[in-house]
Amino acid sequence: MCCRLFERRMLREGEAPQKGTFWGPGRKRKKLRRESRDQEMSETAIEFKNISKQFGNVYANKNISLKLYKGEILALLGENGSGKTTLMNMLAGIYYPDEGSIAVDGKEVSIRSPKDALSLGIGMVHQHFKLVDVLTATENVILGLPGKLNIKEAETKIREICDRYGFVVDPNKKIYDMTVSEKQTVEIVKVLYRGVNILILDEPTAVLTPQEAERLFRVIWRMRNDGKAIIIITHKMHEVKEISDRVAILRKGEYIGEMATEDADIQELTNMMVGRAVSLNIERKTPVNPKPKIEVEHLTILDEEGVAKISDVSFTANSGEILGIAGISGCGQKELLECISGLVKPLNGHVYYVEEDESRTDLVNLNPLQIQQKGIALSFVPEDRLGMGLVGSMDIADNMMLRSFRYGATQQDIDRVNKSRFLENLKQKMQPFTDRKTPRNLAQTVVEDLNVVTPSINTPVSNLSGGNVQKVLVGREIASHPKVLMTAYAVRGLDINSSYQIYDLINKQKESGTAVIYVGEDLDVLLELSDRILVLCGGRVSGIIDGRGANKEEVGLMMTSMGGEQGK
Amino acid sequence: MNEKKNPLFHIVKRKSMPLSKQMMVRLIAVAVAIAVCAIVTVITTGMNPLSVFAATFRGAFGSGRKIWITLQDTAILLLIALALTPAFKMKFWNIGGEGQVLMGGLASAACMIVLGDKIPDPVLNLLMIVSSVFLGALWGAIPALFKAKWKTNETLSTLMMNYIAIQIVAFFTIYWEVPKGSGKIGIINQSTNAGWLMQIGNKYLLPILISVIVTVGIYVYMKYTKHGYEIAVVGESERTARYAGIRPGKVIIRTMLLSGGLCGFVGMLLVGGIHHTITTTITGGQGFTAVMVSWLAQFNPFTMMGVSLLIIFLSHGASEISTSCGLNQSFGEIITGIILFFIIGCEFFIQYKVIFRKKETENTKEGPAGQKEETGQDSAEKPENEAGNAKEDSEEKPENETTQVDEEVKS
Amino acid sequence: MIDLVAFIPRAIGQSVPLLFGCTGEIITEKSGNLNLGIPGVMYVGGICGVIGAFAYEQASKGNMIGILAIGIPMLCSLIGSLLMGLLYCFLTVSLRANQNVTGLAMTTFGVGFGNFFGGSLIKLSGSDLPTISLSKTSSFFSASLPFADKLGWFGKIFLSYGFLTYLAIIIAAAAGLIIKKTRTGLHLRAVGENPATADAAGIDVVRYKYISTCLGCMIAGLGGLYYVMDYASGIWSNDAFGDRGWLAIALVIFCIWKPGLGILASILFGGLYIVYLYIPAGMDHMEYKELYKMIPYVVTLIVLVITSMRNKKENQPPASLGLPYFRENR
Repeated sequence: MCCRLFERRMLREGEAPQKGTFWGPGRKRKKLRRESRDQEMSETAIEFKNISKQFGNVYANKNISLKLYKGEILALLGENGSGKTTLMNMLAGIYYPDEGSIAVDGKEVSIRSPKDALSLGIGMVHQHFKLVDVLTATENVILGLPGKLNIKEAETKIREICDRYGFVVDPNKKIYDMTVSEKQTVEIVKVLYRGVNILILDEPTAVLTPQEAERLFRVIWRMRNDGKAIIIITHKMHEVKEISDRVAILRKGEYIGEMATEDADIQELTNMMVGRAVSLNIERKTPVNPKPKIEVEHLTILDEEGVAKISDVSFTANSGEILGIAGISGCGQKELLECISGLVKPLNGHVYYVEEDESRTDLVNLNPLQIQQKGIALSFVPEDRLGMGLVGSMDIADNMMLRSFRYGATQQDIDRVNKSRFLENLKQKMQPFTDRKTPRNLAQTVVEDLNVVTPSINTPVSNLSGGNVQKVLVGREIASHPKVLMTAYAVRGLDINSSYQIYDLINKQKESGTAVIYVGEDLDVLLELSDRILVLCGGRVSGIIDGRGANKEEVGLMMTSMGGEQGK
Repeated sequence: MNEKKNPLFHIVKRKSMPLSKQMMVRLIAVAVAIAVCAIVTVITTGMNPLSVFAATFRGAFGSGRKIWITLQDTAILLLIALALTPAFKMKFWNIGGEGQVLMGGLASAACMIVLGDKIPDPVLNLLMIVSSVFLGALWGAIPALFKAKWKTNETLSTLMMNYIAIQIVAFFTIYWEVPKGSGKIGIINQSTNAGWLMQIGNKYLLPILISVIVTVGIYVYMKYTKHGYEIAVVGESERTARYAGIRPGKVIIRTMLLSGGLCGFVGMLLVGGIHHTITTTITGGQGFTAVMVSWLAQFNPFTMMGVSLLIIFLSHGASEISTSCGLNQSFGEIITGIILFFIIGCEFFIQYKVIFRKKETENTKEGPAGQKEETGQDSAEKPENEAGNAKEDSEEKPENETTQVDEEVKS
Repeated sequence: MIDLVAFIPRAIGQSVPLLFGCTGEIITEKSGNLNLGIPGVMYVGGICGVIGAFAYEQASKGNMIGILAIGIPMLCSLIGSLLMGLLYCFLTVSLRANQNVTGLAMTTFGVGFGNFFGGSLIKLSGSDLPTISLSKTSSFFSASLPFADKLGWFGKIFLSYGFLTYLAIIIAAAAGLIIKKTRTGLHLRAVGENPATADAAGIDVVRYKYISTCLGCMIAGLGGLYYVMDYASGIWSNDAFGDRGWLAIALVIFCIWKPGLGILASILFGGLYIVYLYIPAGMDHMEYKELYKMIPYVVTLIVLVITSMRNKKENQPPASLGLPYFRENR
């Protein structure tokens, strides 16, 4: 069966490549897309009938019915935990539905494993890539296929696919040497290699730069014009508008409705997704009495291989102000923040913390513990939430202890530390026991204040959805009333509603006089939120500009090439 | 492929299970396991089942002395399990308990042989404690150092440390052999009792009391202290630990010093308090058994008490049976193995539930959640019994059982 | 000076159980299962062979046919270790139990099983023999090529072994090729590295884990069989097999999960295992012999540390080693 599908696809593809005149301006491209969709609109590729799936006592999907047509791109929209991924996983054979049925090409089927799914021509590119690190691209692509092992032949075929859709991938490169974007390409090649007709992409752009995302979209259009049906899960509204033909919306595991993308507008979609009207404006107040809080001077950081990730970076972060850091992912943001928080030692340079009385402390040779013991309230929301910021298997209450377990620790404790630091540190060391009660109360407060959706504060955080995990983390970091708050990709993978809650929290910190350093990837948000924006390019500062009045194109240009040293 | 087929059953992870129910599942598993052991015993020995149980009880609790010995052995096993627990909680697979105990025992024996009758007994005892704790801690800290510095696989490094310890002890048993050429040390200071630990009440009570104190101590250490919290964090993620200002290497070494030191202390109890000699087999494989005790008890010190008692009870019972039937003493290990398999297996039914598909899926309405939960539980009990039967016939049936599971995944 | 012509065959004799165990464990570990039950499995493999041979010797009353004398013990041994493998898989793969604990329990059980039947077989079978001595069966197992003696040192070093020795090397070489060159091997590696990925690619993870673990156990079991039938000349004595099972597991790391390297590594270890016999200690100081026996363990430890220091991506254990896999795990 698999073979037959493949042949069919090859035939179709044989005529397809000449279609591609859509490299012109956006409007023309869009028009082309719509036309070809209408031709094949009538054929159903997939039909979900009354699908339900439970995890424990919670319905992840409840009675969902949904259709997908050939030659269309369907955007599946919903908040975190609304059951989009679960639904798609059932199509891909990862989960099995408790109730209901799935029909492919009008025939009811039972998809019990990914193998079943593939033989029905269904392929999924997961949010977390399913690749084997120590194998090459080719080995990953042919993984799971029957027949004799013939790497050469497979390589040729991979190159053919790459040429057809415009990918670039080195078949002999090991996955662990690849960038995120390359890995994603391998994932897509993998499903195409199997002659897939129905492609599911789970948040494909979450980790890509705007340029990489644009490249991906072009590939997706080509596939669509090949007659493939594509489902794309995303949070980013402008992407929904840009790429899809039709939008379907889920909320809390239930199917809410669908509409043609042409007729949809972002506010309406958001409201359907959240279930009530949401304001999409970020308030930006003028900083009150900004004073230098963190002064970074000529900082250079090497990675493990001795390559400079940050070279000669200098800037100042002021209290009561949000300093946005823009840059293509992986150009030193992570290292910079980890260095300020004491996790990474730089090659040279200084990071000064400026006290109220303007005395300066160099943080460069201190570890996180020593910084804390000096009474410096520095909070850090790292990029890797469950791998760094939180302990997945511990409950919310125990995670609250992570920063404070040494004190037994309430806010008063931390204030006391400021008063008589040496004595307190000594007392702390002598006290072998932790206080478990205060963190419990804190957990309760965080859950209530930030509307964390959880059965109880005794639930392991790894059981929570992405947005709720982030709220727990941000909640804890804010609870210590930081003087400096650093966040790395604070809203990555979060739905719109949770994102705006996080922006709100960050703004409140700014108003209370905290110096906020915000590393983000969504330029629109960065421009709306930040008072000043530091643009990084290849580990160097390509400029620091005022957030008010900055424009996207200018910043985008600075991210990719060394711009002028303006506004410093 | 395209016609509709439903899998026979599928497996779902449970959110949680009430503690009482967890205990029920475990008790059922133990009961089934004991029944299986009885059947195995009846087959191999030809005794009637009742006398098998009678013999088991006779072996473990047959006389006052036997009860004390059972309790004392339980205490030793429990102590080793407790010693290993902090390391396991840190996901440091210390299976070197055997070697750490041996080295502790060796240190004590060395003190007794070299310094016996030369210094006052209390001083000698103190010296024994210090030296055995030190040597045990050292034996634990070496693999910890490797792990902290280079992430050397601790399962194998601790294992190798066991064999190195055994050879060192073998060296000294010949070095100090009494009489020459016998290849063993014999009872040390038999005439003077120098260095023998004092007796409280009778000669069995001391380790028992110590084990109770240590149980409470480890429980408090793991649950309420900063160290305990640090261990839990390091076990989950070293990066998180660093983020929170915890130095993982330091915690690993510190915890293994504690773990090894406590093992060394047990070695001292064995040499100074119980056997008054040292051999390479003085630990009797309890370093390994303790790994399983600690894990089966889910690292809970109080549960470990019960698990160790169960294992010691069975092995004493089995040894009684094999003695009375003239069989090999290793019978006990077989029995222990069978019990362990059942307890290990039953964890599955605590963490997962098996949902059997009804024949007509269309007819099943969305019932209230509670009802669903119930059916899940019922079905969870059923395979438990099946698994029980499966292993009766000397593991013939797991094959059938597994092919069933296999089929679930096959298309 | 060590007499190499005498030393090498002895070292190789020692290395065969290690090689069987090591190859078996590599195949198992490649699927992501860390089977610490291998020592137990090797005991079971050995004793099952003994039981089979014992039964056949009793039944045949001296008229033994070569093919049966070899076939019956081998079949018994394979079945015994297969059952152990199935038990391990059932617990760790189907019931998702902790692999370390299951392995240790299997070792307890297996060693007990071996010693129990080794010690009680005669009584259980009601025969009147004083000890289990299967020298007749053993002679079939240890029969070397007839012309080996005539070839001097060459024959002694390369041709003087029973067929199981060559089988061990063939299996190891074949395993290396299969893992590296075939699609099955590629799938197996994928399962051990990242079962979720393998599953998503349509590879039957459960089946791969079951088959490779059971196969690994059967191969390891042959190591036990070789030890009694060939090395120990058919005489079973309790605990004589010792810690070879554990050494075999350590060897896996030593040869960085490559069965081909395992052949050389196991011969090296076989040599280290008996090197104490060749170090002169004098009659008065037998105790130093005990210290020399430490050498293989110390070397293993040092090798472990050195390999971990080198930290190369290709030389790491399979990434999911020791972790249970559950598809619906969120």
